[in-house]
Amino acid sequence: MPQPLDVHAEPLLRDLAPQVLGAVLRRYRDFAASEDAVQEALVAASIQWPRDGVPANPRGWLIRVASRSMTDHVRSETARRRRENVVAQETDLWVAPADSGALTEQDDTLVLLFMCCHPALTPSSAIALTLRAVGGLTTAEIAKAFLVPEATMAQRISRAKQSIKSSGVPFQRSSQIASGPERAQRLSAVLHVLYLIFSEGYTSSAGPDLQRTDLSSEAIRLTRAVHNLLPDDGEVAGLLALMLLTDARRPARTGANGELIPLNRQDRSLWDQAAIAEGIALVTAILSKGSIGEYQIQAAIAAVHDEAARAADTDWPQILALYGVLKRMSDNPMVALNHAIATAMVQGPAAGLELLKALDADERLAGNHRLDAVRAHLLELAGDPQAAITHYRTAAGRTASIPERNYLMTQAARLREAGEPP
Amino acid sequence: MKYMLMMNTPGNGPYQIAAWPQKDIQAHIAFMMSFSKKLGEAGELVGAEGLSGPDQAKLVRAGKDGKPVTDGVFPEAKEFLAGYWIVDVDSPERAYQIAAEASAAPGPGGAPMNMAIEVRQVMSGPPEDLV
Repeated sequence: MPQPLDVHAEPLLRDLAPQVLGAVLRRYRDFAASEDAVQEALVAASIQWPRDGVPANPRGWLIRVASRSMTDHVRSETARRRRENVVAQETDLWVAPADSGALTEQDDTLVLLFMCCHPALTPSSAIALTLRAVGGLTTAEIAKAFLVPEATMAQRISRAKQSIKSSGVPFQRSSQIASGPERAQRLSAVLHVLYLIFSEGYTSSAGPDLQRTDLSSEAIRLTRAVHNLLPDDGEVAGLLALMLLTDARRPARTGANGELIPLNRQDRSLWDQAAIAEGIALVTAILSKGSIGEYQIQAAIAAVHDEAARAADTDWPQILALYGVLKRMSDNPMVALNHAIATAMVQGPAAGLELLKALDADERLAGNHRLDAVRAHLLELAGDPQAAITHYRTAAGRTASIPERNYLMTQAARLREAGEPP
Repeated sequence: MKYMLMMNTPGNGPYQIAAWPQKDIQAHIAFMMSFSKKLGEAGELVGAEGLSGPDQAKLVRAGKDGKPVTDGVFPEAKEFLAGYWIVDVDSPERAYQIAAEASAAPGPGGAPMNMAIEVRQVMSGPPEDLV
């Protein structure tokens, strides 16, 4: 039975995981087998290091252990082929490439992310593979984080590796991975997967007692690594800032029983000021470069919220202006929904409700509870409690989130009771 | 996103499958086994269970002293839950696709049963911040 990781060894292991995998891959080429070998080495380290102490060269130790198991793997594969009389078509998999020395270790995290977030994979496969191959998490930890059986997660990861193999995604230097618009697209696929990991963690954690691997922190750690490798990329910095500025509010967003607390009623003294300071510094640096992108604008909006000492101090005109920019860049109906809220906060609820009318025709929002929830909120602000109650109830019936359903039902009940004679 | 796929059966008496010819029973069971296996291998299966027949079901209520008061079979129920799958998939469309596959399980004579599979989303944690 693997023992729990030593608190000092664990972050080190996670940071080393992509470097070790990169080194093993350069030598053996076979991604699926190398990844398994590195996992074994990480598990061995998690047992031996706490007992025997961390070796002087931890990276070298892990590479040696992983390579040893790769050698065993190659030997048994060769024997199997000989037994089965299979023509050794795949022998080239085991030959080290001539230019292997040219790859830098720093590059590995990025190269592996490009592989694991390849567009050939479904989002759930890309997420699982990224967490294992780049994040260094075990299959059991990933399964626990997504509340699925370990066997199911193991299959998902193994299928993801299969897809990578069959689609012929090469292990190559990140600078060789396309260029221009294609490279930008691949990087944006990586950022999207990191964003999905973050929101999975952020939206599924309710209360401090929940025993789940902290996906949000893992997403922040990986995004920070990408930011360190590509410090001049505005969208990478923007995504990191967005995560930090959002995660900063986590302690305040749910109450003692896991009930949802909306932004305007959160106890802001619980917000993580260090994370906010780091996020704001990132946003300020990006904006001063004149760089612009969707994550950057979203981060700027999160920064405006986080800067307000009280909800009433929120600079809504600035948020409205930022949503205006975002709306011109993105066709996402959720952006339009938030733009309507900001409009209501600046110009009054009637103006916001007017904008919602246009969204009724948007098929992507058909049956979406958020449209009803926002309409209910604006109708309440407009002084129409009866209509607000109706929409709060419709929204409650449509959401797939239990805390949000409870919140919306409670809103409807509060308005109903306020309207009853005492 | 997770979905529960529920297979319902008529509520009057034991499972009808028991009255099928042997080879049809075997074909049905083989289908169900390979169906679950396939979902597991696809990395989509969270869990699956089959339930004992409607004739075995009990309705339980708390009595005055909190002790269970059980009620036997209840003939008024038209439909009964026979079993379910919980799947973790990327889209609702994929859940419907899996449900359609289950629906076409072989029945008497090997013909697809095309039974109705009820698909319900499993509720999740809190959403992104509400403004």
